[in-house]
Amino acid sequence: MSALLAASDFVRPPIDWHAAAPELTLLAFGALLTMMDIGWLERGRKASSVLASLALLATMVPIITLAADGNDRTMFGGAFVVDNYSLIMKAMFVLAGYVVVLLSTNYIAEGDYWENEYYGLLLSSILGMVLMASARDLITIFVALELLSIPAYMLATWRKRDLKSNEAGMKYYLMGVFASAVMLYGMSLLYGSSGSTLLADINVALSAAGDPSSVVVLGIIFVTVGFAFKVSAFPFHTWAPDTYEGAPTPVTAFLSVASKAAGFVALMNIVFVGLLGRDDVVEPLMWVLAAASMTVGNLIALRQTNIVRMLAYSGVAQAGYMLAPLAVYGDVPETALGAVVTYLVIYAAMNLGAFAVIMAVARKTRSAEISDYRGLFHYAPGLTVAMTIFLFSLAGIPPLGGWFAKFRVVEALIDANNASGVVLGIFVAVNSVIALYYYARIGLAMWGEEAPDGDLSKVDVPVSLVAAIGITAIVTIAFGLGLVVGDFTDVSLVAASGG
Amino acid sequence: METIADLDWLLTALVFAPLAGALVMALFPQDEEELHKRLALLTSLVTLGLGVFLFVEFDYDNAGRLQQFVDWDWIEVIGAGYTMGVDGMSLPLIGLTVLVMPLVFIYSWDHIPKPGNAKAFLMLMLILETGMIGTFVAQDLILFFVFFEVVLLPMFFMIAVWGGEDRRYASLKFFLYTLFGSALMLLSFLALFFLTTDPATGEHTFNMLVLSESAGDGIVRSTQLIIFGGMFIGFGVKVPMFPFHTWLPDAHTQAPTQGSVILAAVLLKLGTYGFIRIAIPMLPEAAEAWAPWIGLFAVIGIIYGALGCLAQTDMKRLIAFSSVAHMGFVMLGIATLTDFGINAAIFGMVAHGLITGMLFFIAGSVKERYHTLEIDRLGGMLVQAPKLGWILGFCAMASLGLPGLAGFWGEFPAILSAYNPAAGIPEETFRGYMVVAAIGTVLAAGYLLWLLQRTAMGEPSEEFANDPEITDVSTIEWIAWTPFLFLIVLFGVAPGLIFEVTDPAVVESLNNCIQVGCEVAGG
Repeated sequence: MSALLAASDFVRPPIDWHAAAPELTLLAFGALLTMMDIGWLERGRKASSVLASLALLATMVPIITLAADGNDRTMFGGAFVVDNYSLIMKAMFVLAGYVVVLLSTNYIAEGDYWENEYYGLLLSSILGMVLMASARDLITIFVALELLSIPAYMLATWRKRDLKSNEAGMKYYLMGVFASAVMLYGMSLLYGSSGSTLLADINVALSAAGDPSSVVVLGIIFVTVGFAFKVSAFPFHTWAPDTYEGAPTPVTAFLSVASKAAGFVALMNIVFVGLLGRDDVVEPLMWVLAAASMTVGNLIALRQTNIVRMLAYSGVAQAGYMLAPLAVYGDVPETALGAVVTYLVIYAAMNLGAFAVIMAVARKTRSAEISDYRGLFHYAPGLTVAMTIFLFSLAGIPPLGGWFAKFRVVEALIDANNASGVVLGIFVAVNSVIALYYYARIGLAMWGEEAPDGDLSKVDVPVSLVAAIGITAIVTIAFGLGLVVGDFTDVSLVAASGG
Repeated sequence: METIADLDWLLTALVFAPLAGALVMALFPQDEEELHKRLALLTSLVTLGLGVFLFVEFDYDNAGRLQQFVDWDWIEVIGAGYTMGVDGMSLPLIGLTVLVMPLVFIYSWDHIPKPGNAKAFLMLMLILETGMIGTFVAQDLILFFVFFEVVLLPMFFMIAVWGGEDRRYASLKFFLYTLFGSALMLLSFLALFFLTTDPATGEHTFNMLVLSESAGDGIVRSTQLIIFGGMFIGFGVKVPMFPFHTWLPDAHTQAPTQGSVILAAVLLKLGTYGFIRIAIPMLPEAAEAWAPWIGLFAVIGIIYGALGCLAQTDMKRLIAFSSVAHMGFVMLGIATLTDFGINAAIFGMVAHGLITGMLFFIAGSVKERYHTLEIDRLGGMLVQAPKLGWILGFCAMASLGLPGLAGFWGEFPAILSAYNPAAGIPEETFRGYMVVAAIGTVLAAGYLLWLLQRTAMGEPSEEFANDPEITDVSTIEWIAWTPFLFLIVLFGVAPGLIFEVTDPAVVESLNNCIQVGCEVAGG
């Protein structure tokens, strides 16, 4: 054995255990969860959601110590980086995952589903996301992406005897694999033209040339298309409404928040680090994606009668707002990055909150039709107020968090000080007004109408859902009031690009 | 401009006292209605007390300077500060707000509209009060924007839940219109932010004081015009100015009485206040270029509103259209860009708030007694409910601008100011506007007297002749209304009470632009 080792020239790269601690913690707990299933069988069922939430809380510990330490750490020749940006995104994924576990607890336990596997898959998907936040290398990004996607395909079909759930998972899987293939091809083109998989090297290689070669342009387009699928941007959003509707609601919440955010994180890593010098190609692409996503998403959302489908289309529009800063990232890289990060964090809070309320209401109505929200105020005033907070935050009405997110986006667009930024800013403004219509319509149904059949029996909301709603509502309002939290999202990736 | 900072807690307490009250109310269950009414009234009285204290502390010799000034850090990442201050321009409007709210709560004592739920209704009004006071004291554009928007949600729900038949349509329309305006307004704020630097720190700033002092210095004229255009739509929707006014009649007609009163008395003033506090001092050059258009829309509003009134068959809708006309006078005064005109405009805001607020109270009480507001079915109020009828007559006189009552001092100087607008603004055009506005006052007399004749005079119609529900003014109504009536007379005979406070601040805000040489001098 030692002779073999001596014969190979492989030297184990130095590992900074502290930097890798969040991933390792998640991995360890995930393994523990699986072992528990093997060892205890049915007896382990009840403990699995507790263990999953413990896993996520435990993962927060190294994230916090790393943040307190404050030094940027690099491993594997620059493929794995821990800096403020990646720590914020890791914390967001872990906390969003925690809220998803809270959402899942009763849903999965009451529905006669496999619990251990569910939480195991959830943890491995979150592990992929946490890894993604640190990935600064094409291969690492791809591995992280598959690690987070494949469990998500299975989670989407969790209600396996339900036709719609199968449809959801199937669509998601086929579209996802197709997008992965396209993206991988794009990555290989980028690698071929730059000679490196490291994003920083790619940036140096691609920025040096004058006009980009058509191979580079094609590579950038393919990579972007791959992530546009992941973040459900128009015209690559078609899987989202069906998948959201068919998947178990906690999984839908997970897909619409964490999975979308992971797509954005990957996109930001590639764009801000690897393609900082190629804004002449990326910006127009992002401009079109952003403008089309927000407009089409909002217009289709106007016609929805099912609240989950409506949130799916509103998610397309929200992805458009989040893509908007990337249309000017070459001019104002720091403001643009700060804007996307802020938006992701606030969006996670308000969208998860909305899904939490949807799940609570569905416990009584067994439906996600908007017409079943009529008169909610008369029998569940607390849920109504919470839903109002989340919906109008999504619409961007101060003093709820969403306004701050939109503000950061528009700020970046105006800061770029060019016509394309200002025009996109006007797109955002006009779209916010269109979007208000469908959010406010639900507000009207909840507050201003009579309950169907005069049924005023109370909704029984389990503790875990109350906790989820409470956490997300507090975060949403704290951002809206401009308490200190807003300053955390002030991050930079410029130094990482090596440019 | 020098600021005065003596009590750094006062404005914060004033702004957030209503919100604190609302949070306390949230702790008690919904069915304890009496308790909620008491708590809400108590909160608004505490706020009124703080407001009175602000008036006592106010240094009237320095009304042109910002007082009780605080400038703390808020959202550092976007450069927004927690900056607040009060000067002669905002003081009367704060006074109006803190006074109107307790009266509305008193009126609510036995007038909680359907479908009940006093707790939510009163809480929303308290949140509304925080937003309104906050807008008048904010001295940072982002802070201003947030408070400006805070009023949207409560008002939306007040109309949507407690409103009339068409409440859904009206509330959505109100919300969409104002959000559209404020979205464009925010773009303008941001553009202003990035194009101005604070000479003291060399950084971009949202500080309204700094922005007013730099007065668009260094911004290309065409850009200034576009930025002003965004603000024009933002504030214009709120005022509401023709052609952005169409939400107002619907919102007013459908809103519960309390909502209409607050809307008329205070909310509409947020828009005009924005013009005189933000748009004009910060972009005087653009204001000068836009002034003829503002004036044009103002006089169209005056005539259109008056003609609209003549065509109405619903009393509440008529009063709503009269709001469009009255705010037209206010905007005409502002459009002259003279200290005379803007003083008149501020007076007009206060007067309109008192008079139209009072008219909506009356409309609410009429609706409660007759269950209809159709003018054709009413009549003979002076016979059946003489006091109510007389109060209606009094307010109609005040509204049409009878000298000796508050309405006169809002309208007459505004018209007069158009005779001599600021330098650089086409005089002939404004003299033309003056004539049109004067015709507007005649029309105002027409529709108000006609309203009075059809509802108050004559014999009661058969339908209501022996209706026992038609009673005269109740005690609670007297308590809620007397301060309004008293102030309408007081400001009518002693207009200096307001003019003396506002004038130094108006002159100061116009002076700022003289220093940068934009030649918008007082007239």
